[in-house]
Amino acid sequence: MNLNIIVLAKQVPDTRNVGKDAMKEDGTINRAALPAIFNPEDLNALEQALRLKDSNPGSTVTLLTMGLPRASEIIREAIYRGADGGIVLTDRTLGGADTLATSYSLAQAVKKFGKYDIILGGRQAIDGDTAQVGPQIAEKLGIPQITYAEEILDLSDGHVTVKRRLENGVETVKAPLPCVVTVNGSAPDCRPRNAMRVQKFKYAASPSEAAKLSDERKALLEKRPYLNLQEWSAAYVDADPAQIGLPGSPTKVKAIENVVFTAKDCRVLTDNDAEIEDLVKELITNHTIG
Amino acid sequence: MDQNNLIVYLEFEDSRVADVSLELLTKGRVLASRLGVKLEAVVVGDDLTGVEEQVFPYGVDRLYKVSDKRLYPYTSNPHSAVLINLFREIKPQACLMGATCIGRDLGPRVSSCLHSGLTADCTALEIGDHTDPKTGKEYKDLLLQIRPAFGGNIVATIVNPECRPQMATVREGVMKKEIFDPNHKGEVVELDAKKYVSDEDFVVEILDRHIEKSKINIKNSPIIVAGGYGVGSKENFQLLHELADTLGAEVGASRAAVDAGFTEHARQIGQTGVTVRPKLYIACGISGQIQHIAGMQDSSIIISINNDPAAPINTIADYVITGNLEEVVPKLIKYYKKNSK
Repeated sequence: MNLNIIVLAKQVPDTRNVGKDAMKEDGTINRAALPAIFNPEDLNALEQALRLKDSNPGSTVTLLTMGLPRASEIIREAIYRGADGGIVLTDRTLGGADTLATSYSLAQAVKKFGKYDIILGGRQAIDGDTAQVGPQIAEKLGIPQITYAEEILDLSDGHVTVKRRLENGVETVKAPLPCVVTVNGSAPDCRPRNAMRVQKFKYAASPSEAAKLSDERKALLEKRPYLNLQEWSAAYVDADPAQIGLPGSPTKVKAIENVVFTAKDCRVLTDNDAEIEDLVKELITNHTIG
Repeated sequence: MDQNNLIVYLEFEDSRVADVSLELLTKGRVLASRLGVKLEAVVVGDDLTGVEEQVFPYGVDRLYKVSDKRLYPYTSNPHSAVLINLFREIKPQACLMGATCIGRDLGPRVSSCLHSGLTADCTALEIGDHTDPKTGKEYKDLLLQIRPAFGGNIVATIVNPECRPQMATVREGVMKKEIFDPNHKGEVVELDAKKYVSDEDFVVEILDRHIEKSKINIKNSPIIVAGGYGVGSKENFQLLHELADTLGAEVGASRAAVDAGFTEHARQIGQTGVTVRPKLYIACGISGQIQHIAGMQDSSIIISINNDPAAPINTIADYVITGNLEEVVPKLIKYYKKNSK
């Protein structure tokens, strides 16, 4: 069976490893110092998509992302690992979107894409941790959703069977296609880059990137159409301006506060036996332990 | 039926209303009183006997019960359909749900259909006014939804000025659970499920489901021994287990330690794991990524054992022991055994 598989992905700042160099002197974070990465759980989703392609030869895996033009970096990354292509939905008017405006915009892009059998995405992105965009896209497209997926067990006869990982156990569910499946970090890791694909696609570029390239590289893009990554605008996906970006977002940010570490009264000890015994005695005396 | 109230979606499993739902009722009661509106709750499932006895003491004024064999166990579309249709009728001004596998599956679908704003994983909820910075328009008594963002490095206050209901999810353990009045009585409204959900909504079939009670219970442990990347290996984590067993504690971990494979995910403490507030937190080899600190900073006493005297976690610690945990941890075990009865 030839499947049209869409993988939703996001390029995110790497908020997991905020080292000292990313902290400003006032204890707040220097966002510019964080590298932009492929959202980790979207890679788990990509792996599930590539496994479907492996077991259904002739299928295509297309990455769909919304973001800045530089998000085509993660499309190349996905192609290196086995995806067939990708689309960056990018437009100034999409900026400042909350999850609802984001899911509307992406759902419009899916409609523009045309026929699809299954949409996979990571459970959530590490910059917002909301897990909302997947289910909201499913609702906008009027199709079912399966969240917290750990493994796609079967896809046949127009249905997909998925193992879900919940707080207290596991659930196996079966849903009709098309549907949205959001994949948990507990799912298998994504396969690494394929060296042959890296060689073949390393000069792939989006129109925004192509504009800055040398004539020689531009000529290469003309000669090899498969190196052209797609960029779609809000107008191209027929997005209603009232439903996208900041104006289309029901939630507004009222205030932002940087988290600042503040020191409190603290006793500093060494690993000296007497000091540790004193501490243990103190904790026993004040009923903290024992 | 009066409208504009505050409603909590109840999770109900094994004849018990989930703790997170009771925590939200406790918070919801305070917010509803502040707003001068009723606190409502909705429960959707099969056999819903006894829900009212469990929730009325938390101050619920009205409980909607929607019962149908097919509504248990939870699936996305049918529960979404019930809430969407009910909310169109009773027009709540705010709706709270647990940030659980259910609430985080249900909330987005409902908010998308009703075009209402949803804020995930709030750590505080308040009522306050808001002025739109562009139009200058003033809004009274909005739900202020406060949540960490950007990996916990910022705290954002989110409002939904125009859209209703204002929806928010909150993780288990973030709010306190407290009886409002043991004698409080509310009204029960039994709704006809057929009017709220159609046969076409039952598209996803559950083939198998085993609920495994999680064996690791770090959330309720009064003492936690937590390890970070600095513990260095799976084997060294065994040392933490020895200390925990000695003290009657549970072992927790930072995300870095879990990612490195030193211990299992169920032990992860922090913004993407469990939030804990034990009376004693012993942090071993934890540098103190902000997302970890977000999940343990309310611990009563924090001891940090680290060979880096400048580890960020030391800034929130009550005691810092500078040294190698391979030496310090056995000494803690030794002197505890010596001094305790």
